[in-house]
Amino acid sequence: MVQTSSIDTPRRPTPAPGQHDDDVVTVIGPDGQANPATDPRLGVEMERRLYTAMVRTRIVDQQLERLQRQGRIGFHIGSLGEEACILGSVAAFREQDWIFPCYREFGALLWRGMPLQRYVDNMYGNANDPVKGRQMPDHYTGRPYRFGSVSSPIGTQITQAVGFGWAARLRRDPIAVGVYFGDGATSSNDFHTGMNFAGVFRAPVVFLLRNNRWAISVPVERQSASRTLADKGIAYGVRAVRCDGNDALATYAVVREAVERAARGEGPTLVEMLTYRLGGHSTSDDPRAYRAQDEVEAWRRTDPLVRMRRRLEALGAWSEADEQRWRAEVEAELRACIETAERTPPPALSSMFDDVYAQRPWHLREQAESCERGPRARAHGHGGGH
Amino acid sequence: MSEMNLVQAINAALRQEMRRNPDVVVLGEDVGKVGGVFRVTQGLWEEFGDERVIDTPLAEGGIIGTAIGMALYGLRPVPEIQFADFIYPAFDQIVSEAAKYRYRSGGEYPCPITIRTPVGGGIRGGHYHSQSPEALFIHTPGLKVVCPSNPYDAKGLLVSSIRDDDPVLFFEPKRVYRAVKMEVPDEEYTIPLGVAKIVRPGDHVTVIAWGAMLYEALASADEVAAEGISCEVIDLRTLWPVDIDTLVQSVQKTGRFVVVHEAPKSCGYGAELVSLLTEKCFLRLEAPPVRVTGWDTPFPYTLENEYLPLQHRIVPALRETARY
Ligand SMILES: Cc1ncc(C[n+]2csc(CCOP(=O)(O)OP(=O)(O)O)c2C)c(N)n1
Ligand SMILES: [Mg+2]
Repeated sequence: MVQTSSIDTPRRPTPAPGQHDDDVVTVIGPDGQANPATDPRLGVEMERRLYTAMVRTRIVDQQLERLQRQGRIGFHIGSLGEEACILGSVAAFREQDWIFPCYREFGALLWRGMPLQRYVDNMYGNANDPVKGRQMPDHYTGRPYRFGSVSSPIGTQITQAVGFGWAARLRRDPIAVGVYFGDGATSSNDFHTGMNFAGVFRAPVVFLLRNNRWAISVPVERQSASRTLADKGIAYGVRAVRCDGNDALATYAVVREAVERAARGEGPTLVEMLTYRLGGHSTSDDPRAYRAQDEVEAWRRTDPLVRMRRRLEALGAWSEADEQRWRAEVEAELRACIETAERTPPPALSSMFDDVYAQRPWHLREQAESCERGPRARAHGHGGGH
Repeated sequence: MSEMNLVQAINAALRQEMRRNPDVVVLGEDVGKVGGVFRVTQGLWEEFGDERVIDTPLAEGGIIGTAIGMALYGLRPVPEIQFADFIYPAFDQIVSEAAKYRYRSGGEYPCPITIRTPVGGGIRGGHYHSQSPEALFIHTPGLKVVCPSNPYDAKGLLVSSIRDDDPVLFFEPKRVYRAVKMEVPDEEYTIPLGVAKIVRPGDHVTVIAWGAMLYEALASADEVAAEGISCEVIDLRTLWPVDIDTLVQSVQKTGRFVVVHEAPKSCGYGAELVSLLTEKCFLRLEAPPVRVTGWDTPFPYTLENEYLPLQHRIVPALRETARY
């Protein structure tokens, strides 16, 4: 028989959207001015690059969501509201560094140099998809851009990134490895093991924790009773910092410092980026079933794009005309990519049997032959996962 | 009687057992307020509250490990793993712990948990939302493995699983979660574990299937019936311990059989069924047993219908077996 009892756990008070404790690094103030104490001083060009990449990410996200609703792609998992933490963090890595993604960071992949066309091909799972149509949309790979391969199981990339960075350290290569994951993933085995190993072996890893406050329908308060997620660094002897994840410059500043420390052999850092998932978990999810609309609206008012734009406008480095021009450019580029992707055929049947091993063993040769000789299935449907 | 799909029937079974027995608790990711990503637990949180319908942190090992602990204390936990593809972080707890508890404690500690999880392809989920890992668990002594194909069986089998004193893996074929509807009694009933069902009697070829592939097997049997091939289609319902008597009787009658499953061929459950029936019906066999299965590759995305053992691949196998 289950007894009713009250469970008393020390919780941190839920902050109002955009309000942060003193230890949370912020740069851009409400008036668009940078805090001189924390400003990474990127220069106007770099700040414009960051902003335009964030806008591009947003436009691509919104268009992909539309394509999914129209049944033209099977699935999309977007980054609406998380653009600053994704772009601000990836921008802080150097070319020689490596990124291990979660599944919500196509903006980081594009920043690292993946052509938009290849990403759109991945959304269609066509013959030009880098993963050869074998994985769901948004499960991309980008080795030429020093960018890892996306997997669905939560947290698995965390220990792998630690091993990757550790290997670089063993070879005396002064690089850093960034690994993305969500607040939900801090409950996974791999998070704890990864942090522990990174602490013990001083792996040059930057743990990029996107705390967007939700893991599908489960709020962050249900993931952990600790005061902050960054607090978990203390237990593992891993330096931990928090930043306003809706502030691209703050995110850049803290991640850049972590990257430099890691590359110098000064060990790992856990960066808790405080942000909010404005959209559904994915196109399979309707968040109205589990969270209040006013919470979403309050966070919408902290939109990272608006914040960054205000900053550029305060510098006199961006205008409404610039905005229109840039949006039109991205939309045209995206339209062309979609047209090309839709004209591209599915992967060849026999490609299904490639890459299981370096060479096809006898049984796969036999099966591929029997598949190719056999009758064809009816057309392919659409669906999706989580 | 109410018309229900598989999701509603499983939900009805959970609700009924939770009302009947206060020790039954549901735990997992997103099972609470939102009612599961497939809405199987919808409405339970509202009725039974946060202490019996529990949204857990994102850790499958934690979900199953704590469910085992609850079972040892005397509760009847029904943990949900959101997709069978995400069961592996809990593999150690299931295989090393739940499966062996009774045996390793000399019978002192039974471990009555029922792990519900959606399996199988057909929803364009790529390899991490489509797999069918039944063979891994059948291979583990101490676990029972169930996979219903329709709402009526799902309700009766889930009730039996929850009441069973051993750990049960309850695999839900998500491809047909909402596709199959039928009348399901509102009152309590059970379907015993370990009893298969002949869903279509026939004389020439025995076809063994379960879950979503049962419908492909039935459609294939229809197609070849026009050519004079009469198939006996068996829905296993409980994969392990398997209803060996029903299978042997059928193969003794037909002398030919085909097994259909979505999982890869090598070391799939079909391999065990072929061995068992060859051992028990060797002298009666008139054709080599055939497995129509997923290929020995990870589950693909775009080409998933070429991967799955659908009607277009079952029909030729039936013809060849019948005419061998
Ligand atoms: C091991 C595992 N369990 C469950 C899932 C299903 N699932 C996919 S995403 C997700 C929530 C992840 O939340 P979080 O880590 O906060 O990342 P976010 O999606 O918010 O970016 C869950 C439960 C999974 N992919 N892997
Ligand atoms: Mg999250």
